[in-house]
Amino acid sequence: MEPERGLEAPLQEEDVPAANDPRLLLLNDGDNVLVARTRIAEGEALHVDGAEIRLAAPLSIGHKLARRDIVPGEKILKYGAPIGSATAAIPRGAHVHVHNVKSDYTPTHHLLDEQAAAGGKA
Amino acid sequence: MNTQGIGTMRGYPRSDGRKGIRNVVAVGYLVECAHHVAREIAIPFREHDVHVIGFPGCYPNDYADRMMERLCTHPNVGAVLLVSLGCESFNKYALERAVRTTGRPIKTIVIQAAGGTRKSIEEGRAFIAEQRALLDAAPTVPMDVSELVIGTVCGGSDGTSGITGNPAAGRAFDQFVEEGAACIFEETGELIGCEHIMAARAATPALGVELEASVAKAARYYATLGYGSFAAGNADGGLSTIEEKSMGAYAKSGASPITGLIKPGDIPPRGGLYLLDVVPDGEVRFGFPNINDNAEIAELIACGSHAVLFVTGRGSVVGSAISPVVKICANPETYRRMEDDMDVDAGRILEGKAGLAEVGREIHDLVVSLGAGERTKSEQLGHQEFILTYKSFEPIGPACLPAA
Repeated sequence: MEPERGLEAPLQEEDVPAANDPRLLLLNDGDNVLVARTRIAEGEALHVDGAEIRLAAPLSIGHKLARRDIVPGEKILKYGAPIGSATAAIPRGAHVHVHNVKSDYTPTHHLLDEQAAAGGKA
Repeated sequence: MNTQGIGTMRGYPRSDGRKGIRNVVAVGYLVECAHHVAREIAIPFREHDVHVIGFPGCYPNDYADRMMERLCTHPNVGAVLLVSLGCESFNKYALERAVRTTGRPIKTIVIQAAGGTRKSIEEGRAFIAEQRALLDAAPTVPMDVSELVIGTVCGGSDGTSGITGNPAAGRAFDQFVEEGAACIFEETGELIGCEHIMAARAATPALGVELEASVAKAARYYATLGYGSFAAGNADGGLSTIEEKSMGAYAKSGASPITGLIKPGDIPPRGGLYLLDVVPDGEVRFGFPNINDNAEIAELIACGSHAVLFVTGRGSVVGSAISPVVKICANPETYRRMEDDMDVDAGRILEGKAGLAEVGREIHDLVVSLGAGERTKSEQLGHQEFILTYKSFEPIGPACLPAA
């Protein structure tokens, strides 16, 4: 599905609701996550849905952040569609990924724990 | 048709009415035991449109037979050399007959009969040198965009793929469909979660039912295997679940109505948008449906794809035998790191430097330019990956290709 807002024309600042930092992309008004348009450093202050949060860990490009508080079991909505369920409470501004989301179809295979153990090497 | 300023396409006419944008000699090994000889035959011609394809199995498989036949009679192929060890089960007689019927020059070398490795290589290289000279002098004819078949695949996807590269490829597809070309998207295992919205785009309700059933089959198949069509690098790049990957992958299909559902080796009967069902029928056999991206690319080409759009976020470098692969890089960081491998920088959409429509047109025009002599980055770098494994399929049902 096309992101509802569309990226038909180059992104302009006014395309991004003032409530959110311009480095974060809201793909659909109904979404409870935002996507990083660029790499954002740890400790940076960001506006998320009108509130200021401080990033607890670096956020890589294409990764997701909670737009608001998400309760365990709640559907994660991106592109206006459910992409899985929360396995833990996710506060606004927190990284939304395999550590707090699970698929409603098949489990996700990843090596992120191994990678962390190897010192973060790609 | 709008091809102003992007060169005129020329094609190699084939006896079945299709036209090729390349004039490749395919060297096909018919069992892994003949792979080395096939590769050695092709090496001196590796930068001269001689591509190695083949099937490694020693035991028969209808799907592999069909794939090899479709690939050896693909419009981008002008001549064929088959390399057999001699004792494998592959029906080389039927394949040779099918290729000969199309009027293409074909030769089969049986290594055991030719006297071993060295003699087979010499004989093979002599045939290729002869065929290359003929093919290089072959005339071309004008070719229209409506005669193109284009496939799309994504690989090494990340959180940027579904926002930039995939929807941009979808825009290119929309333009091609409007111009009468046939466009094929695939990997039903990466449409899990999108089945209902996709079915709503079907040309007929009965086709919609088939589209949903194909995704349900994929979900069942992967559930049995215990893994989704999801690699570790997808998670590294920010994708958390197969549904999230699917929503991004689905964007490659664009917004046109869906004309039909095909299986590997089925050639779209007319222009339009087709879903390629790549997951085998029946109980789970022979392992993973597609063990890597090139298995899917080979299937898109077997359906007649003249070129394949490949969207990557993490940075895949692959190309393919037989048809050019256009690399669309979704992630701007990856593009900067791996520019030599990428044809299109779709990541600039995220950086606010371009829109989807503009990048979609760029992809469209780039494909058309391939019919006017341009080469993709992966072609220039000599990428000719190919893989074919065991699978089993039932033929498509009558609802899959509704009449126009």
